[in-house]
Amino acid sequence: MSTLTEEIKKPETLNDVERPSANALEHEAIYIMREVAAQFEKPVLLFSGGKDSITLVRLAQKAFWPAKIPFPLMHIDTGHNFPETIEFRDRLVEELGVELIVRNVQDSINEGKVVEETGKYASRNMLQTTTLLDAIEEFKFDACIGGARRDEEKARAKERIFSVRDDFGQWDEKNQRPELFDMLNGEIEIGQNVRVFPISNWTELDVWSYIQKEGIEIPSIYFAHKRDTFLRDGLIWSAEDDVVFRADDEQVEERMVRFRTVGDMSCTAAVESYADTIDKVVAEIRDSRISERGARIDDKRSEAAMEKRKQQGYF
Amino acid sequence: MEVLKIATAGSVDDGKSTLIGRLLYDTKSMTDDKLEAIERTSKQKGYDYLDFSLATDGLVAEREQGITIDVAHIYFSTPTKSYIIADTPGHVEYTRNMVTGASTSQASIILIDARKGVIEQTHRHFFINNLLRVKDVIVAINKMDLVDFSEEMYNNIKTDFEELMEKRDYQDQNITFIPVSALKGDNVVNRSEHTPWYKGQTLLEHLEELDQKDVYNTGTPRFPVQYVIRPKTEDFHDFRGFAGKVYGGELSVGDEVVVLPSMTRSKIKDIYFYNKEYQTAPRRSSVTITLEDEVNVSRGDMLVKVDDLPTMDKQLTATVSWMDSDNFTPGGKYVLQHGVNKVLAKVDAIEHKINPDYSGIEENVTSLQMNDIAKVHLRLNKPIFYDRFKDHRTNGSFIIIDSRTNTTAGVGFIE
Repeated sequence: MSTLTEEIKKPETLNDVERPSANALEHEAIYIMREVAAQFEKPVLLFSGGKDSITLVRLAQKAFWPAKIPFPLMHIDTGHNFPETIEFRDRLVEELGVELIVRNVQDSINEGKVVEETGKYASRNMLQTTTLLDAIEEFKFDACIGGARRDEEKARAKERIFSVRDDFGQWDEKNQRPELFDMLNGEIEIGQNVRVFPISNWTELDVWSYIQKEGIEIPSIYFAHKRDTFLRDGLIWSAEDDVVFRADDEQVEERMVRFRTVGDMSCTAAVESYADTIDKVVAEIRDSRISERGARIDDKRSEAAMEKRKQQGYF
Repeated sequence: MEVLKIATAGSVDDGKSTLIGRLLYDTKSMTDDKLEAIERTSKQKGYDYLDFSLATDGLVAEREQGITIDVAHIYFSTPTKSYIIADTPGHVEYTRNMVTGASTSQASIILIDARKGVIEQTHRHFFINNLLRVKDVIVAINKMDLVDFSEEMYNNIKTDFEELMEKRDYQDQNITFIPVSALKGDNVVNRSEHTPWYKGQTLLEHLEELDQKDVYNTGTPRFPVQYVIRPKTEDFHDFRGFAGKVYGGELSVGDEVVVLPSMTRSKIKDIYFYNKEYQTAPRRSSVTITLEDEVNVSRGDMLVKVDDLPTMDKQLTATVSWMDSDNFTPGGKYVLQHGVNKVLAKVDAIEHKINPDYSGIEENVTSLQMNDIAKVHLRLNKPIFYDRFKDHRTNGSFIIIDSRTNTTAGVGFIE
């Protein structure tokens, strides 16, 4: 449950008195970041290189300035990332001077902990969960900050800001702690951990507007570019890398596209777009008639796909 | 952009999901793929209408049983405002969910079925909105299409509700009545042709104009310290910033403050938001404050203005809403979280149980069960710095944590 009882009013210009920005959601997220740093011993920020986790990093920077972000970033690398995202990640980490932990799904496959999916819809998205849970155990993380938003998907709409996971990383959706006013209860037992979602109450448009207002740099694949693609089930897939399975009869064609979410390449479809600047992207999102996860094949597996994944420890 | 949080409570029969669906649909906030999913599932179930509850009831168990069991959050926006609806079930066994939803909302929608009028459930919804001091309550008299948009029916329900209003103790609450048909779309977003006798605003028009005046700004700033920022870098070698959120009023550079509980006095030197300095931190801003003097301050301490101290006490009387399956009993020990401060609490006594429908109190109660509301006396191991809930929504509330299970077991409003 979100926790702002009241909102910050728009700043009145009192002659030369300048006031902090009036973005209520930003102040809420900064409050949550600080609660994490204060209530937990080993927090980590889960960083995918996508726009939501990039936004989280900016919020963490703001929460602790002039000190550095007091927790590391961790990337669960499926090995199927867009190369642009990885380059971007490494540059950002260097600028911030924070620690980056990378754990690879490929290692989990090599160790025989998970088995690679095969066929037309093969994806490593589900496999990430095992790698993530192993990494949490390896580093004894007690809080994992993630960029999930309640507007993304209906199971996520029920998720708390501090969401407790048991020893097996599982989400007990029927037995969640109530969250009242601003108060966040981070009390847990050893072995449990908390998933923390500071931008729970943001919508896709809120994130894009924030990126625009703050002038935050994001990977180039979010902007319209020419790409070799093919069509399947009405969705546009990248044909430039061999990560996405393509049948012989699926014709490759160059299209002007961009990506609205940057997940694993094997489950993230592109959208046709000419929005090549942040202003155009914001305008496009504002007029869009398709939700962001409409291009995520992992949600289309069933009506309850996300809820099932969350119960198993997905973030 | 301004954000408005709204709580709704009601059962499936009231047409609550239909109302929310209507708001999303008429403001074009529902995307085509989500709408198609609803159409597909409605059809599969053999409905001849769109079941918007499919959009809000996100859990498998909810969809199977056709009920809402948790607080769901629904988002929509207009060019002027972002809206967040905290949607909760309305039956008595979900009182705790309604309390939770109302705790983060500035406005609330109470739905009344025009055919049924004011019922027991209406009493409870209104009671909770009063207990939580929700500023704006909208009474949406729904299903007007099923009573031929009768002005007389509307007025009768309004009169019944006004009788209920006399029982409330939060008299400053704004209450607005609107005749609607969520199913047909009358007076939700668009004006209805069927209610020429109604001169007021539609539901959305009313929401768009809400919150002109910030009533929670009591002019009594409270700054609970969340985290101490000490960068220890060359540029900021002696920097000691106190990070937190401002509640109840605003704080400015130069304000004389007292640090609680040490009672040390100092002055605000700088106010930072990220890397910029500001003269004033408004209510609900998350800022970092530095003081003129080297003062020992840690998490859980509070900065307040010198002439404006809260109560510091180890004993308190509060109205508690119990949320746990384990009962609350006199003698029981809990962790009490007041803002970011945690202390131990012991239950001295339960004074009486309050029926959450204005039907009175019950004395000689030996324990509280889930969803009970009661006036209780607590004793703490350390003093906390509090205001009365009626004066200060944030500094007058706390949660109760069961230290055996770590769960949030209840919420309290200090008297």
